[in-house]
Amino acid sequence: MEIDLKKVDVIVDQYGCNRDSLISILQDIQAGYHYLPEEVIRQVARRLDLPLIQVYGVATFFKAFSLKPRGKHLVHVCLGTACHVRGAPAVLDEVKRQLGVETGDTTKDMKFTLETVNCLGACALGPIVVVDGNYQGKMRPGKVKGVFKQYRGAIEGKQA
Amino acid sequence: MNKLRSAAGLEQLRNRIMSQRDPERTCVVTSVGTCGLARGAAGVAQAIATELNKDGLKGTVDFRTTGCHGFCDIEPVVVIYPKRIVYCHVTTADVPQIISETVAKGKVIKRLLYTNPATGRKIVREQNIPFYGKQYRLLTDSIRFVDPHNIEDYIALGGYTALCKVLFDMHPEEVLDEISKSGLRGRGGAGFPTFRKWEAARNAPSCDGVRYIICNADEGDPGAYMDRSLLEGNPHSVIEGMIIGARTIGSHHGYVYVRNEYPLAVDNLGIALEQARQYGFLGKDILGSGFDFDVKISRGGGAFICGESTALMASLEGRIGEPRPKHIHTALKGLYDRPTNLNNVETWANVPLIINRGANWYSKIGTEGSKGTKIFSLVGKVNNTGLVEVPMGITLKEMVYDIGGGIPDGRKLKAIQTGGPSGGCIPESLIDLPVDFDKLTEAGSMMGSGGMIVMDEDNCMVDMARYFVKFLTEESCGKCVPCREGLDRMLDILTDITEGRGKPEDIELLEELGDVIKEASLCGLGGTAPNPVLSTIRYFHTF
Ligand SMILES: Cc1cc2nc3c(=O)[nH]c(=O)nc-3n(C[C@H](O)[C@H](O)[C@H](O)COP(=O)(O)O)c2cc1C
Ligand code: FES
Ligand code: FES
Repeated sequence: MEIDLKKVDVIVDQYGCNRDSLISILQDIQAGYHYLPEEVIRQVARRLDLPLIQVYGVATFFKAFSLKPRGKHLVHVCLGTACHVRGAPAVLDEVKRQLGVETGDTTKDMKFTLETVNCLGACALGPIVVVDGNYQGKMRPGKVKGVFKQYRGAIEGKQA
Repeated sequence: MNKLRSAAGLEQLRNRIMSQRDPERTCVVTSVGTCGLARGAAGVAQAIATELNKDGLKGTVDFRTTGCHGFCDIEPVVVIYPKRIVYCHVTTADVPQIISETVAKGKVIKRLLYTNPATGRKIVREQNIPFYGKQYRLLTDSIRFVDPHNIEDYIALGGYTALCKVLFDMHPEEVLDEISKSGLRGRGGAGFPTFRKWEAARNAPSCDGVRYIICNADEGDPGAYMDRSLLEGNPHSVIEGMIIGARTIGSHHGYVYVRNEYPLAVDNLGIALEQARQYGFLGKDILGSGFDFDVKISRGGGAFICGESTALMASLEGRIGEPRPKHIHTALKGLYDRPTNLNNVETWANVPLIINRGANWYSKIGTEGSKGTKIFSLVGKVNNTGLVEVPMGITLKEMVYDIGGGIPDGRKLKAIQTGGPSGGCIPESLIDLPVDFDKLTEAGSMMGSGGMIVMDEDNCMVDMARYFVKFLTEESCGKCVPCREGLDRMLDILTDITEGRGKPEDIELLEELGDVIKEASLCGLGGTAPNPVLSTIRYFHTF
């Protein structure tokens, strides 16, 4: 993906170049690229007049950020307590099997990246799997395949 | 809308809003909080809007989308006022019938009603659903009446009148006194008396007079989501509480630190802040009182440790969210080394209520040491899952059976986990325990943020203990040795036990490790991390 530093500038300006918005700025940038490219991190450091190591440190400390390119679709499996007691680990195993990747990895075709989260605040419906911000509640291993079939189909359909 | 310039201006606005509303008029309400949306509530809301237009009912029927009503398990929910007829698990396909029969003709559609699992009977009205029976929804009830995108709904309920009282009729010392008498304790976990923090931040010297107010909406406890629900559903109650706190402490800058996993809460809060500014409740010269205060949103990055006060402030300053030792309290030296007052979302939401109805009234609710209500997320192996607001002191039994409707599939209750990763598991034998700050601590657990995770006979207690230790090992910032290395060692031992390699002396070693980690860790994460293991040993070592 082409990196457009002007877009970075627009986002930084929205927050008025404030250091107390560093995390929010990185979140907004990542929403566009799904990860934080190196040039972006350097540009944010320059614009906020922060040492590069500080921006880099924040980008690696928080789970929400990735320095590696991520797939087109983000898959999140909740491993929070409520989801855990209702069988989330088995759901995660099935998701891994379906996608053929480990947690944190991206499928070779760059379509899906699999990550886990610790609670999405929809615990009453656990276990939860989220694909691109769409929540799927009350998951069971047997229902996982259907979730991706739908996505695979939709993508392939569009490309055809 | 012109900025309001006085208490009288707010009064007039409220009268105008009320005169345009007729409580007897039919109003269709659907909840579009995160749990509802996860079940397709957006489509249902869209279909209702379209259908109301089509039938030419527009103008005669009101329609409102709100945050979560609490009974997450029956989402998507549609309620028809004034009769409060409630339909559950509604799909878009059900909408035309709801409009043509119930809205237009007042006829009840039986198949969409809630069935009481205990009796097999259908229940028509929301208030008769047993889930709501023992609740006391002081903070959460208004969510039903408020479209979070419409500040006038909040004003119609008397919103911002507490702020008026504080700005025009009360000295900050009187506000402190009222909060003190109310007995309000922080809802973020430790239950620290709120007025003492406020007082410390108010009296602390500041080199340039700057003081900060922060709302902790990090809600890192896995399994708890009351803060999300309040911010999504009734953001103005939190904002109003913060302005009152700011005025009392003498702060002009506030932050809400909210986790990024809650996108809807971030959106709704942002809209509410913007409207509050437009109406003159935030910004310069609030309501013409001469007091200035504004609030910024800061999004977290998904680190549990950032709920801890010093780590939260570090990350707000754009640094790594690592805690520091707290010999100097953040009330004295917090954000940018200025006096800073940090309170939880639910704590802030209690404030307008106390000012409006008085400390006397408030302190009659709850127990001796824990006043008011508490919102719990009742989840896991329980029939009625959702957010439950109850007076402090209600028993676990009432929570699990009367409100929660018991354990699914006729299984046996084994334990209830409270307090999240800092808490512990309470065994079935203590089911009559009243729930408040002190009783839970005595039982070796904690209130925490209010997660209540019910476990049945199929859940393994050692697995649960291991789950929390693993969570905390991953979330420890790694700055101090006892927490970093100690938790890692605990995890090894627990893994051995769950995989059949346990040794009898392991229990003793776990207890010893636990005591050291508790005592020697740098921050509250390590300080409470062994709790789930220690409480499990205390109650379940015979399993
Ligand atoms: C590891 C750790 C995580 C915490 N997470 C939260 C949190 O997510 N939300 C919260 O309100 N308080 C959290 N707390 C407690 C806060 O540090 C602080 O005590 C609280 O926000 C103060 O507000 P209160 O007095 O209104 O309870 C956490 C504490 C620790 C040690
Ligand atoms: S534990 Fe999974 S959504 Fe809360
Ligand atoms: S690393 Fe946080 S308490 Fe030690």
